[in-house]
Amino acid sequence: MDAIKTVELTKNYKDLTAVDGLNLSVRQGELLSLLGVNGAGKTTTIKMLTGLTRPTSGDAFLNGRSVLTDSAAVKAMIAVSPQETAVAPNLTARENLELMAGVHGFPKAQARDKVTESIGRFGLGAVADKRAGKLSGGWQRRLSIAMALISGPQILFLDEPTLGLDVLARSELWDMIRALKGNMTVILTTHYMEEAEALSDRVAIMKSGRLLLTGAPAEIKQQAGTDKFDEAFVRVVKEGQP
Amino acid sequence: MKGLAFSKRNDLEVLRDPLNLFFGVGFPIVLLLLLTAIQANIPVAMFEIEHLAPGIAVFGLSFMTLFSATLIAKDRSSSFLQRLYTTPLTAGDFVLGYLLPIMPICVAQSVICYGVAVLLGLEVTVHIVTSILFTLPVALLFVSLGLLCGSIFTDRQVGGICGALLTNLTAWLSGIWFDLGLVGGAFQKIADLLPFVHAVEMERAALRGDTAGVFPHIWWVSGYAAAVTAAAVFAFLRQMKKQ
Repeated sequence: MDAIKTVELTKNYKDLTAVDGLNLSVRQGELLSLLGVNGAGKTTTIKMLTGLTRPTSGDAFLNGRSVLTDSAAVKAMIAVSPQETAVAPNLTARENLELMAGVHGFPKAQARDKVTESIGRFGLGAVADKRAGKLSGGWQRRLSIAMALISGPQILFLDEPTLGLDVLARSELWDMIRALKGNMTVILTTHYMEEAEALSDRVAIMKSGRLLLTGAPAEIKQQAGTDKFDEAFVRVVKEGQP
Repeated sequence: MKGLAFSKRNDLEVLRDPLNLFFGVGFPIVLLLLLTAIQANIPVAMFEIEHLAPGIAVFGLSFMTLFSATLIAKDRSSSFLQRLYTTPLTAGDFVLGYLLPIMPICVAQSVICYGVAVLLGLEVTVHIVTSILFTLPVALLFVSLGLLCGSIFTDRQVGGICGALLTNLTAWLSGIWFDLGLVGGAFQKIADLLPFVHAVEMERAALRGDTAGVFPHIWWVSGYAAAVTAAAVFAFLRQMKKQ
């Protein structure tokens, strides 16, 4: 069974069709990057998959559960790390993790164990008792991903996880994301082509709400007739097809 | 359990903001001390402690709207709420999670306010406890107003609307600082149609032990509290759907 399967997924906003009949499958344990220029429909797609927006027509199934009819089950199996560092600023890093464990309904003792494990796993020990709002961008992003992962999701959505980070912080986050591969299905959106190429098993390129193509970065480069992934992306988007 | 974790977070966010502590606790105390000092030198019936303390208790609660609205508006603007919308928290968890944690802070503020009033000469009677209990509908009104404003306005707009406009409305139209009857006319009519003066009169009556005097003010306050709470829940759920 696919981890994610969309069937003619469509979202209209008044006169605008943000996502137009999207048919996309993501395999279990796969890391798929959703690429496209601004307005391509990536964010709307993510919003529909995470239950934030209701599709106008079509449906999406996450591990077989419909976002339309079984949103509670979908929410229990996913986690999202939004583009902005969505942390509670006056809470410490530890308290932020406790909050996420709490809202997922873990009993107190189990939540405490999960927080301790998460702090160790993501190297947050040095900042665990500092307020999240006082942490650097890199630490906040790391905390944000740790918060997303504390519930042990089957599917993780990472929206622009390294936006605005310096080279070192980005490299560290890449290592963290690589370590997730195979353990869970990851959907990544990014504007950094080198990031998509370095991390993805497959990429899906969208334009004007439609899916142009999916494939491994190497396949897309080959189809576009270039050995540079960013050039391949530009060709695919400009021509509408490879 | 899930909702409780969210409520606890909201409590901590409000209590850990030093500005909230200043305006929530410090400012009402400063007003009490200042006006009592003025009253000691130039006696004015309006500023006698048994008349002043209930007014300050109500005025202090108006800051809760600012705290509540700022918290919600900031959560909305920072996409923190979007993150939480993808968790198993229900709409009810969100509404209660924003409303309930501020209520104990309101009660604590009223206790501190009357405590300081006692130190300044307010006679200790059981009516102080009654007065604190009567702040509950007033607190619900102001906290719900915060949920309403936080669901509609941005965090910047909230600062102006709840921080400046509402606190001024509460101050001017509540009869705390001057007798509204002295102004009369349209000003008094407008004040009488709003809940602030009724909240203050209800508190004053409760502190006097005048059960009959609580009416009809409690109906005004409770009616406004119920209407604003309903509007706030509607506005919050609407913006939640929009997200």
